[in-house]
Amino acid sequence: MSASLERLAGLLRKEALQIVRDPSALAIAFLLPAMLLVLFGYGVTLDPHDVPLAVVVERPDAVTASFVAQLRGTPYFTPESFATIQSADRAFDSRRVSGIVWLREDFTRRLISSGAAPIGVFVNGVDANTARLIEGYLQQVWASWLAARGRSLGSARGLPIEVEPRVRFNPAVSSRDYLVPGLIAIVMTLTGALLTALVIAREWERGTLEALMATRASIREILLAKLIPYFVLGMGGMVATLVLAVTLFGVPFRGSLLVLTGASALFLLAALGMGLLISSVARNQFVAGQIAVIVTFLPAFILSGFVFDIGSMPWAIRLLTHIVAARYFVAILQSEFLAGDVWSVIVPNAAALAVLAAIFVGAARLRARKRLD
Amino acid sequence: MSPESEPPPALRLEKVAHVFEAGGRTLTALEGVTARGERGAVTGVIGPDGAGKTTLMRLAAGLLRLQSGRLEVFGVDVARDPDGARAHLGYMPQRFGLYEDLTVRENLDLYARLQNVAPAEREARDRELLHMTGLAPFLDRLAGRLSGGMKQKLGLACTLVRVPRILLLDEPTVGVDPMSRRELWEIVDHLVRAEQLAVILSTAYLDEAERCQHVLLLHQGHLVGATDPARFTAAANGRSFHVSTPGLGKRQLQERIAGVPGVVDATIQGAFVRVVTEPGVQFSSTALPPLSGPLHIVPVPPRFEDSFVTVLKSIRASAGSQPVEHAHPDVPVRAAQTTVHTAARTTVSPGGDAVILAEQLTRRFGAFVAVDAVSFTVRRGEIFGLLGANGAGKSTTFRMLCGLLPASAGKLRVAGYDLRRAAASARGRIGYMAQKFSLYGDLSVVENLRFFASAYRLAEPRRRARIAWALEEFNLATRSQDVSRELPLGFKQRLGLACALMHEPDILFLDEPTSGVDPLARREFWRRINSLAESGVTVLVTTHFMEEAEYCDRLAILAQGRVLATGDAEHIKDRVRSAALPQPTMEDAFIALLQAAPQPSAA
Repeated sequence: MSASLERLAGLLRKEALQIVRDPSALAIAFLLPAMLLVLFGYGVTLDPHDVPLAVVVERPDAVTASFVAQLRGTPYFTPESFATIQSADRAFDSRRVSGIVWLREDFTRRLISSGAAPIGVFVNGVDANTARLIEGYLQQVWASWLAARGRSLGSARGLPIEVEPRVRFNPAVSSRDYLVPGLIAIVMTLTGALLTALVIAREWERGTLEALMATRASIREILLAKLIPYFVLGMGGMVATLVLAVTLFGVPFRGSLLVLTGASALFLLAALGMGLLISSVARNQFVAGQIAVIVTFLPAFILSGFVFDIGSMPWAIRLLTHIVAARYFVAILQSEFLAGDVWSVIVPNAAALAVLAAIFVGAARLRARKRLD
Repeated sequence: MSPESEPPPALRLEKVAHVFEAGGRTLTALEGVTARGERGAVTGVIGPDGAGKTTLMRLAAGLLRLQSGRLEVFGVDVARDPDGARAHLGYMPQRFGLYEDLTVRENLDLYARLQNVAPAEREARDRELLHMTGLAPFLDRLAGRLSGGMKQKLGLACTLVRVPRILLLDEPTVGVDPMSRRELWEIVDHLVRAEQLAVILSTAYLDEAERCQHVLLLHQGHLVGATDPARFTAAANGRSFHVSTPGLGKRQLQERIAGVPGVVDATIQGAFVRVVTEPGVQFSSTALPPLSGPLHIVPVPPRFEDSFVTVLKSIRASAGSQPVEHAHPDVPVRAAQTTVHTAARTTVSPGGDAVILAEQLTRRFGAFVAVDAVSFTVRRGEIFGLLGANGAGKSTTFRMLCGLLPASAGKLRVAGYDLRRAAASARGRIGYMAQKFSLYGDLSVVENLRFFASAYRLAEPRRRARIAWALEEFNLATRSQDVSRELPLGFKQRLGLACALMHEPDILFLDEPTSGVDPLARREFWRRINSLAESGVTVLVTTHFMEEAEYCDRLAILAQGRVLATGDAEHIKDRVRSAALPQPTMEDAFIALLQAAPQPSAA
């Protein structure tokens, strides 16, 4: 046993030296996550903000002025007045504005007579996502304006039912607050699967693995010597992302560090298992990188609920997401950051992660042999 | 375990066979090999690339599953107890897996731990290994920064951190400079003598066979001989000659001798034609068509290669159709002649007789000087060699000559063009054949030819004619539709040469053209090159292979970016000829020149 530990210690020391001396490993482990974080923290936001909006009021009066003031008062829109729908249309076509709000000349009259009046809304359907968001926000503004108006006129004239939307867990409805936690899953996939697969493929390419196999080192020691350092590196990436998320981007963290650490460890094991499994198939870095990106990185991005809601995917794709480890991890992450230790979320997802980790690591162990064929 | 009283041999193979499956094709790597390796001796596994050497080594190291037969290391069945067998052995793969971003010390330390060398033993062992390999001054240097020879020595040291009982070395001397090669061999000899090790060493260099106590000759997966090399070589006693005649060039003379009945082998060696006759055949001028002058025939001591070629030829003769690579062994080589007329027509280089002119050619990469003020000229129709180890600056020089890499300083004219100004024009006159098979492996033979024809912008009637010419002259027609990746090595090499000659270049650049190729294929290849040269094509060859240097008219010996000597082979050998060394080999000359050269401060 001590002979085995001695060999493992030798391998670990070698791996550590290589990580420290190889800029590309450190780049994948820390530089790439930092770039992703900045990109998602600053660049990518799914919230409409200061959206240029054309407002056409055919017969301006006090009522329409109050509605436009309401629009202007939100942080979502910067309304610009146009005299006719035609001129607004031209601005829309030239992409000067992203949407049109059209109050017809009978707006005030119909509002007073029936209590509700239709407004025309045009949004650019090319970017369906943004269009739906603008539409939603406009409806929200419209509804709250109507409600406020109803209250000020006395409830007799108000709406029979008042909608009072309340967003739980993310009251600011800030997409950054749920994107940044999800990034931890991406960062750990990069180190766990991509980097591990690349590093082992490099050993195949350089012939170092062949030399290792002819020594007394057992396959278990060789695998452990890959698992342990990249586990440490992956956890380091997680901590770095957590710290940056909370300090730099002010993302709330409402859960417990213990749960986060435990779930991260399970997910990282699954990712490492996939990395090892890939390296048992792909013996050169190019192929290993391709496979790792396609079977681990992209699913973690697309099929995990990190960016796209799993509930709104077609059933076949939804079924597919069940074998994506990142899916379970992203659910736990979002709960940990935005809601807290919600055990009904954590327990089943953590169990799924544990199963996947056992499957991937187990399969990697079974496939690995001290042979070249 | 074994019932016999005598101790089991270090390595015992019994009817070992191995087959690789790749893409629905099966490839026989070894077939029915029965052999043994003994303690206190170097057993050489000799054969060209693809003979099955590496498969044999990997099987012995337990790294491949034994498919059939039996393999034992000191009586331990490798298939049943690979770890038990491994406990006896040290294995150094062909490209030993050194961690290049670890230092010499860290590499040694890693392998010491992996082999569970006790710290108390380690210190003494390290000192011994460092002394033996001469690596002591470089302990803290990254392995990636070592020269090729030093890397091999470090690999050997890592394999030896724990004294094995049997040492497997897979082509340890490939690409290593001759001095390091000699040092590696000294280490191996020392291990065998002092520690009674069994060493199994594979090599494609036939001159190394003579240093082994026992050799296994592999050819296309078959064991074609298991013998004592001295006795094997002696079989050619009295059958090897140096032949020359005034008034006839060595290449024309060789061409005439090669077809004569009773002659097994005729190759160029320096200024002479080396002739090996069949057993019992006396070589004399009467066997040849009339010559203008007298024939000088000088008996020379035989080489291992003389006997090996004799064996291979007899195998080929008896097997009939067996070796696919040599499907047309006796087709007279006329490959060049069609090329030749056009080449001769177009070659009127403005620079006079010197087709290639390099003057104080220098290339720096940052602070590193890869090529340092190299000067040489190559005349029309000459075969000129650049001889040097890996890292001597051959490839860099080559790339500059091809116009692929600008020179940092110096003058360079190729086919009359100044490469600084008209690299593209010069390139149109150059054919280039890379060391590794660099054609498109997924394309068929004829598709590759078509591609190169269009890459060289051959217009239609000529294009068709050239493709037909290539298929016929290089014996490629039978496999024209085959995917080129799956061709045997000799075929690939012919295809590579055919592609390089598609546009009938005046100058042919060959990068390590026959390294690893079996001796017969190498002879065939050089016969083609010779006839090209005879027709006026200028040939420039890089090689680290001493034998290949002998085929050249003149050569430049390169080391660490500098030219140590230029001249013809005899002239270079003359420089080191002495009473102690009356018949120096090219390797002797190379080493003497290296030792005489001023050493750059930190090699």
